[in-house]
Amino acid sequence: MKKNLKEKQKRGMMRDWILLGMILIIAIVLLSIFPDRKEPVINTLWDYFMEMVLILPAVMILLGLFAVWVSKETVVKYLGKASGIKGIILAIILGALPTGPLYIAFPMAAALLKKGAKISNIIVFLSAWTCIKIPQEMVELQFLGPQFMLLRLSLTIIFVIIMAVFIEKMIEWSEDRVATMAS
Amino acid sequence: MNVTAVIINIIAVAGLLIAFAKDKDKAIKSLKMAGKSFIRMLPMVFVIIIIIGLLLGFVPPDQISRFVGERSGITGILLVGVVGAILHIPALLSFPLAASLLEEGASVSAVAAFITTLTMIGTITLPLEIKELGKKMAILRNGISFVIAIIIALIMGAIL
Repeated sequence: MKKNLKEKQKRGMMRDWILLGMILIIAIVLLSIFPDRKEPVINTLWDYFMEMVLILPAVMILLGLFAVWVSKETVVKYLGKASGIKGIILAIILGALPTGPLYIAFPMAAALLKKGAKISNIIVFLSAWTCIKIPQEMVELQFLGPQFMLLRLSLTIIFVIIMAVFIEKMIEWSEDRVATMAS
Repeated sequence: MNVTAVIINIIAVAGLLIAFAKDKDKAIKSLKMAGKSFIRMLPMVFVIIIIIGLLLGFVPPDQISRFVGERSGITGILLVGVVGAILHIPALLSFPLAASLLEEGASVSAVAAFITTLTMIGTITLPLEIKELGKKMAILRNGISFVIAIIIALIMGAIL
């Protein structure tokens, strides 16, 4: 299983480098056909490159620190028994901590489900994992400004909670129906 | 260098110092992980930067605003929402791309829809999500996420 994952990552990397090669060729061809565009394009490239270089290494270091210090087991342990508002807040915080890529969140969510955690908490946890990640918010702040980032963050939190409760009710309702039909 | 970048770097350095003081082995392990994910992300970083460069250099702003600007209305927002849901680029890199689109005349709603569907919805990870959590939960989560992404986008467009 683990070997499989590594193979997949390797293939993904190869694909990214090939994509880069292709884009680079397209860019070079376009710029040699339209040499007057060279200056604005290269200026933009440089500006964005500098902004990324200033911020990405720091973001990666934070990701690494959290991934090593906050273990999967800790997250599952705390979230498994939390409920109510406390459960939702905990799900947001634990989901937002930069502890790894999405594909490790699903097995964690499945483990939580088996442990009897509330469905709404699991949905909030998964959604926080994908779209409220702390380093992600930092990069959003950098490129889109505080107004945009804060507004989108608060709206996302509100709607994710509504969605989570709704999905929980839907699933409970359909399970109840199955149960009554069976009895 | 802007304030955000300075603050993030200070936090990272502080975190690293605390980590080394607490447990040197673990700290080195995190650094190695950070390095690996940085290298893994590098080609996509360049791809996105070049796309932004070409976008700003070659596509006139009125073209961009025609498709994803104020004038494109709800159709434009839905369109970028779908593109965001299908595309599979690291979320971290969607922000510079979004910023460049804004600069070129895209509407706040369209950009918000793009980022939100891109991060919330994973078409590539959907099979794994179904396997781990069941069809019902996975499809409900992704489907409703799309709807709320559009609602969030519309509210943001109205406020900002």
